[in-house]
Amino acid sequence: MKYLYYPGCSLEGTSREYDISTRSVLKALDVELTEIPDWTCCGASAAASVSALLSLALPARNIAAAEAVSDVNDILAPCSACYLNLKRAEEEARHGAEMLPRLNAVFESEGLKMTGRMRVRHLLDVLSQDIGADRIRRNVSHPLSGKRVAPYYGCQCLRPYRVFDNPEKPVSMNALIEATGAQVFPWHMGAACCGASHMNTHAAVGTSLVTAILKAARGADAIVTVCPMCHMNLEAYQDKISQNCHDNLRIPVVYLSQLLGMALGLSETDIRLDMNLSEAAVFSAGSSIVAVR
Amino acid sequence: MKDAENVQLAEALAPIRDMVKACIQCGTCSASCPNAFAMADTPRRLWRMLQAGEVQMVLKSGSFTLCSACYTCTLRCPRGLPLTDAMSALKQVVAHQDALRFASTTLFYRKFMESVRRHGRVRETEFMCLYLTAMKNPLLPFQFAPLGLKLFSRKKLDFRPPSKGGDARMDALFQKVHELENAP
Repeated sequence: MKYLYYPGCSLEGTSREYDISTRSVLKALDVELTEIPDWTCCGASAAASVSALLSLALPARNIAAAEAVSDVNDILAPCSACYLNLKRAEEEARHGAEMLPRLNAVFESEGLKMTGRMRVRHLLDVLSQDIGADRIRRNVSHPLSGKRVAPYYGCQCLRPYRVFDNPEKPVSMNALIEATGAQVFPWHMGAACCGASHMNTHAAVGTSLVTAILKAARGADAIVTVCPMCHMNLEAYQDKISQNCHDNLRIPVVYLSQLLGMALGLSETDIRLDMNLSEAAVFSAGSSIVAVR
Repeated sequence: MKDAENVQLAEALAPIRDMVKACIQCGTCSASCPNAFAMADTPRRLWRMLQAGEVQMVLKSGSFTLCSACYTCTLRCPRGLPLTDAMSALKQVVAHQDALRFASTTLFYRKFMESVRRHGRVRETEFMCLYLTAMKNPLLPFQFAPLGLKLFSRKKLDFRPPSKGGDARMDALFQKVHELENAP
């Protein structure tokens, strides 16, 4: 299995552990990644609020850069925001006849050209559909027995494009969590919104959305995520929210790739639980991996 | 003067009005919106204002800045309208027309793009410095201090100094986009 890899800015910044653990887990599962050379920002949620064309041109530039390197047709993006931006560029170029030449005009001076053959895939899509829970289960050496894990999908890997899961009642993480030996914590917040950049621009609103999610997760041993922005929102403000609520709402938040890495028996340097802002070490205690801080 | 302003605004909002002209006011969007509780005007009301041509009312409301682009309304709209895109389009209009009043949102996005234009990739630390400087609120940085300390302790802060001009590697792309969007 081969994919072109688009890490995105967060994965080389505040969510480096997502990048490290994704590469390690996929390597352990014999998946070959080729990083898109000289990739650039997808525009995040910022470009769409500044210019419509820019919000398509920034991700499209990376699809064109991917087409230039190999005949592989799948781009793998672990970040949900990157995934959605790249996906939208893919869809708009495919369905809007005028869009593809317009986009190509933007980056032709760089010698890049997009033909539209690329398919953009989220990490969760690749793990659940291409690799599959069975293959992961066969590789599990350190089962996470007795752990209750709450799957948190967020918005952008599910909506608006229906690709690999039910956009309102997602289930694709269930089989993966069960494959690790852990139990799926039943809750209704898996597809809820974390508020995205509200935590920065409308802090009170963002805080109330995150508070509701943390309260619903009470009773789980960890929340598992597939998006750096959701991840940051869910783990970075736990102290403040606990203070506000006069209640302890602290809970380990780990990336899906870290969870799988633990079960596959990967080393701490491969999954870097020590980099999480929440107490991921508490979650891994009792299993063979103990995060060192 | 006020009239000229209104005409200009109506022109800017016309494509967005088209996006929601088939809205039947059922309110599924408002009921589905995770941020509706904090909005002075719910999504359904914004669409009605657009339909009625109440352009100043839409801008004055500003409730669209509370859209977090979760796409639930788009998914559920019985008319299949691109409601999240309409919210984005409203944010774009504001970014051009009334940037000062919605500074916390527009500056946040603009400074993000400034960092991308310089380096091709966003440098999170630089971007937050640019944003906090542009907001000119001496108390605001303290709001972010606890997070900064946490990130610092995990060695996640990037201390490369903000480069004034940077390598400006994305200038050509940004310029071309600007050219194409402003072509007659």
